[in-house]
Amino acid sequence: MRADPAEYSLVSPGNLHAVLALMAREPAQWLPIAGGTDVMVLYSAGKLPNRKLINIWSLPELRQIEVFPDRIRIGAACTYTAMRTHDIVSREFPLLATAASWTGGIANQNRGTLGGNIANASPAADSLPALLVYDAEVTLISVRGARRMAYQGFHSGYKQTALAADELIRDISLPRRFSGYCSHARKVGTRNAQAISKVCLAALGLLANGTIRDVRLALGSVAPIPLRLNETEHVLTGKKIQPSLIEAIKKSVAREIQPIDDIRSTARYRTAVACNLVAEFLEKLATGGADA
Amino acid sequence: MNLAPAADAKYEVSFTINGEAKKVLAHPMERLLDVLRSDLKLTGTKEGCGEGECGSCSILLDGMLVNSCLVPVAQASGASIVTIEGMSAHALMKPLQKAFLECGGAQCGICTPGMILAAVHLLEKKPEPALADIREGLAGNLCRCTGYMQILEAVARAARRRVAK
Repeated sequence: MRADPAEYSLVSPGNLHAVLALMAREPAQWLPIAGGTDVMVLYSAGKLPNRKLINIWSLPELRQIEVFPDRIRIGAACTYTAMRTHDIVSREFPLLATAASWTGGIANQNRGTLGGNIANASPAADSLPALLVYDAEVTLISVRGARRMAYQGFHSGYKQTALAADELIRDISLPRRFSGYCSHARKVGTRNAQAISKVCLAALGLLANGTIRDVRLALGSVAPIPLRLNETEHVLTGKKIQPSLIEAIKKSVAREIQPIDDIRSTARYRTAVACNLVAEFLEKLATGGADA
Repeated sequence: MNLAPAADAKYEVSFTINGEAKKVLAHPMERLLDVLRSDLKLTGTKEGCGEGECGSCSILLDGMLVNSCLVPVAQASGASIVTIEGMSAHALMKPLQKAFLECGGAQCGICTPGMILAAVHLLEKKPEPALADIREGLAGNLCRCTGYMQILEAVARAARRRVAK
């Protein structure tokens, strides 16, 4: 059943302070809405449990991409378009820029936001594996103050996040130390735009004297949360890439993920694809980063 | 601070639409798509899926291509909106119309307003798009009739003619 707009309220306090004050006064009552690409879909279908929404789309405090010598800070309400067209994001964080280009079509990229993607907490979200491998930190803000945490600890379970009832994501910070890495982003889905991934990979690697000095792997749609492959990374570190290693690594990936059967794919297919994507990345890394 | 209107109250929203200042009375969570079609009778904007997947309801909101089914009208307050009706005076409209007709890019017509707006949004940023750019620019607009090749060719043809001038 379609939602009746008369049953919902949407307020636009106009500045961050006023938004936080209202969220503190009535915790867990107000659902933040930025570009609406997730919220409005549920709303239109009559499936949005919240009746009170608070507009954060036009808050200038959340719309900046700030560049510092050692990191960049992306405001939570920055759109996919803003990220993929930003000079430093596209040059130094290509995994994030590429994931932004996969998300929806142009119209949804003009409205969908990075903070929204994080808060919506879908394990299939395309941009979240990139945040994991880039060691992103998120800043959460409320009237009580701001706190910064590693993005890797933000999702505690399927659709569960570290956000308190009165908190908002303010920004996402990425250290600028990965531009020398070989990077690899792959989405497997029915089509690139407008289709949710069956599996997606974000990977970074650095070789020294033919062995792996550092490697970072994250997958979407293979677990209840976006998943960093810590154990597989550990096995790879210090090794020389050769066929026997790649075979062993496929087994490690299969052990580390927990994919499910759903309308988009099967656990078996997802496992095969996840292993192959990691193998494809290692082959690319071994040949010095040229695309396979 | 703009205080909360009561949940069941309509309030006045003002914006510019196709160059004209307008005011409507609406609930803040009404979809901009419904306000355009029902209140303003601008029925060139079509509803396809109603969930941001098909692009039939594409409009330009402050110059950005968006799906109007996903925009609560309160977020359009003060904005400049262009719908397909507002495109008639646009320099790209005639070349696109002609190319769509020649290439068979418009059949049942439901997706066409969105396709045209997505094409305009692309060509304003990239006057000489490669085929890959056109594919990407129109990837959020679904068509159940043409199989897409005619539409992609129409946009390419309109772009070539415009550049040749």
